[in-house]
Amino acid sequence: MTEIWIIILALGVGTFVIRFSFLGILGNRALPLWLLRHLRYTAVGILPAMVTPLVLWPEATGGQMDPSRIAGASLALAVGLWTKNAIWAIVVGMATLWGIGWLLH
Amino acid sequence: MAASTPRTAYWRGFRAALPFTIVVGPFGLLFGVVGTEAGLDVAQVMGFTVLVIAGASQFTALQLMQDNAPTLIVIASALAINLRMAMYSASFAPHLGRAPLWQRALIAYMNVDQTYALSHADYEAAPSQSVAAKAAYFFGASTPIIPVWIGASALGIVVGEAIPPALALDFAVPITFIALITPALRTLAHVAAAVTSIVMAILLGFLPWNLWLLFAGLAAMMVGAEVERRMGARP
Repeated sequence: MTEIWIIILALGVGTFVIRFSFLGILGNRALPLWLLRHLRYTAVGILPAMVTPLVLWPEATGGQMDPSRIAGASLALAVGLWTKNAIWAIVVGMATLWGIGWLLH
Repeated sequence: MAASTPRTAYWRGFRAALPFTIVVGPFGLLFGVVGTEAGLDVAQVMGFTVLVIAGASQFTALQLMQDNAPTLIVIASALAINLRMAMYSASFAPHLGRAPLWQRALIAYMNVDQTYALSHADYEAAPSQSVAAKAAYFFGASTPIIPVWIGASALGIVVGEAIPPALALDFAVPITFIALITPALRTLAHVAAAVTSIVMAILLGFLPWNLWLLFAGLAAMMVGAEVERRMGARP
């Protein structure tokens, strides 16, 4: 239980320090270009890696590939790319998962 | 644009932010639901929501905790997701660097994707505004977004207990991540980074303690930066 609070506090403090960094402490100093270039790709670099095993080998099916989850993820991706709208991507992805799950079982 | 006073800037930010509550609300709700399903108590869910205010990293921490990853790996991975905010902070510095310290601290605390994007766009459109007006715009944009985020998570805790397991909410997390990534795939460099990230996650999946996540992220950042450098253009 305390472990969870350690995580919450570390994330809270760490995230604040990241957000405060240049605005609060480092002032107007310009970031080196190479660093800015890398920072731009943090979210897009980490989130897909996070998603991949959750889609391909989900815990809920004991690590077995599940067609309804793969279809749901694919359609969410397609809708996200097409509409650029996160909410529609979530709605379509979950609806696909439920629809196929309902057809198969 | 006419010179804006802090008051008009505040309300301009407030109005611009209103539509974004439609995005922030469901996302906050989902965190309340998924956090409760994962076994967090009310204080812990709200602790995340109020102290971190960064949805993607909160979901990442939640997922890794459920995978029983070591505490340090959970913290490092979730913080890595938030590194992009160092960039937000840097791009605010020329505009808000001379605001009072308490304002800068408050702005840092509430500097989330939506408040950042709105404010940055406003500063670019009207760079000659006073520092006070720029800060007021940010606070205006934060006024609807931050309370909706916190309130929606609280609502999610209540609603979550009523949701049957057949809804497969475990899958809401990856779906949400996919939905968050796709609008960011604006350039070839972003796409290259995302593809690298997926391939590395599959290749390095054997590594213990979820280390594959950090290595895949690092490799993807390097590929993204390198593609951008070769293309010779900023997105």
